[in-house]
Amino acid sequence: MNLAIFLLALFDGVAYAALVFIVALGLTLIFGVMRILNVAHGSLYAIGAYASVSLTGYALSLGFAPVLAFPLMIVSAVLVGILIGAPLEKFLLRRIYDKSEVLQLLMTFAVFMILEDVQRLVWGTRPYFDSSALQVLGNVTVFGVTYTAYQMILLPLIAVALLLGMRFFLRHTVTGKLITATTEDREAAQSIGVDADKVFLFTFVIGAILAGLGGALASPTTSILPGMGADMIVLSFAVVATAGLGQIEGAALTALMIGLGRSFAVYLYPEISVLVPYLIMVLVLLVRPEGLFGTPGARKI
Amino acid sequence: MTTTTEQSKVNARMKNPLFLLWIIGILAIAAVPFAMPSLQLLVSFAMAKGLGVLGVTVLLRAGQVSFGHALYFGISAYAGAFLMASMPGTDFVIVMIAGTLGAVLAGLLVGLFVVRYRGIFFGMLNLAFSMIFWSILEKFYHYTGGADGIRLPRPTVLGNTLDHVQFELVLFYTAMVLMVALGWFTTRWFASPIGQLFQTIKTNETRLEYLGVSPRRALLSGYLLSAALCGVGGVMMGMAQGVVTPEYVWWVRSAEMVFIAVLGGAGSVQGAFLGALIYEFVRTYASVYAGDIWQMILGGFLLIIILFAPGGLIAILNSLFNRGSGKGGTGK
Repeated sequence: MNLAIFLLALFDGVAYAALVFIVALGLTLIFGVMRILNVAHGSLYAIGAYASVSLTGYALSLGFAPVLAFPLMIVSAVLVGILIGAPLEKFLLRRIYDKSEVLQLLMTFAVFMILEDVQRLVWGTRPYFDSSALQVLGNVTVFGVTYTAYQMILLPLIAVALLLGMRFFLRHTVTGKLITATTEDREAAQSIGVDADKVFLFTFVIGAILAGLGGALASPTTSILPGMGADMIVLSFAVVATAGLGQIEGAALTALMIGLGRSFAVYLYPEISVLVPYLIMVLVLLVRPEGLFGTPGARKI
Repeated sequence: MTTTTEQSKVNARMKNPLFLLWIIGILAIAAVPFAMPSLQLLVSFAMAKGLGVLGVTVLLRAGQVSFGHALYFGISAYAGAFLMASMPGTDFVIVMIAGTLGAVLAGLLVGLFVVRYRGIFFGMLNLAFSMIFWSILEKFYHYTGGADGIRLPRPTVLGNTLDHVQFELVLFYTAMVLMVALGWFTTRWFASPIGQLFQTIKTNETRLEYLGVSPRRALLSGYLLSAALCGVGGVMMGMAQGVVTPEYVWWVRSAEMVFIAVLGGAGSVQGAFLGALIYEFVRTYASVYAGDIWQMILGGFLLIIILFAPGGLIAILNSLFNRGSGKGGTGK
């Protein structure tokens, strides 16, 4: 393996890890606060990608500059959060917080099935591709390896900014502290006047926006196909489970591990590249059942 | 938990009009190849799928949901197909046994790992394993035929070479007998000490440990049973269709099995088969009109069941009969 291939694998891995992390961040945030694993998260990712490509395509057809793709990504992520995430929490999930974990899982799974077909109805089965955002930023050359600036610089920057932003938000803002308090003990938080319903809704919308943003940011780098949501939910679950459910910083590290593992496998053993994330997950969970950063919960007798 | 209460339960069930209904239902199925030959294959598929659903149902009794049980359905079908490819002319019985053993073996390997987890982790890890197997099937097409799959030629039956009409009849009645036998076995297994321990995982796992019982081992025993049931269903399905494709293992198939289990009545043996029959009928006729939104319809139905009828079809039937008991069966 020469330097050029090594660097290519490294850049691929980091860019991929950044995308997976953004999606996994939403998943683990929702789980941490609401104790629900949102399987429909994968659909929100896919819809974010579709929405971003459609909006960008529309803007370009009206003659706007391709640079507009960037704000449109944020617009589509926010649309996903507000138009799909908010009703999902308010009308469906809210009814089952007191039910068993299995029922909650089944419900988000049902929503996932519905949203998969919604995508097919709205966007069809034709693959979409739009790389205008990639072209706007151009390429960078490092040690003789040319790579897109979008993937090499922008995606990792956004991922790091989101990680730091989320830490700051949860620890140093009032809303963030309310969320942390509700996570810690819902009843105690409610008894001192925290509106837990509002906190849950807010958290879920933020999580959904992150899923949509992941999709929107991924859209210039890959073709958008039906089924991408299923792949992403399993992959981001692998990241979140390897880190320990609800562990935000851990998710960043495992996303990097899994992203790099996968991209190096693509260059070394292409046949097994799909399996690498799961192999990492299984190996970690064999040794640490709670994930790398998880702590065993107290058991009720 | 004692056998005497179980015995009285069985006696009570005998007097239940619903029990009569099941007998009538099985007799009706037995008549299908003569009365309605056009439905024969459909009912075969439904019974094979029902066996797989029964596997998922077993796990639901322990409060666990697996989103990856199509894995065992697929592994056993592929085991049967590989056996037929390497040893043409293998007998039907051997193919069935090999397929089931393949599923049990895979169930043991995966089971030893996943029984350490409950709830979300259990469900999603099963999903991950099924997706791993799916990508292996797709990627290593030199061995597996890739997305086109491999053929599962018609085996001989106890040494006799049958034409396809006869073979389908054999399959149909084998599936029916297995449905009744394995359904009965599973009911008895639930009532057995190990089955009772297994179901305690749902109610209170810590108490199991206080009894000195390993919950992991209890869960593993149920997991192996569920893999075996899926295996029997999978290899039957493979032989009925004559071809196995990676689609057998696709997550939508697993989701379908969970859906049918919940539709029929989460945890009910009869519900698994009733659900599978109704599901196959509706799918065959409705998917012609609603192929594009099929998953959406399933998802919508699942939501409705979870929110408004968490006991599934069986609970609805039970409440109908308990309210109207004495009026006699109204047919289904």
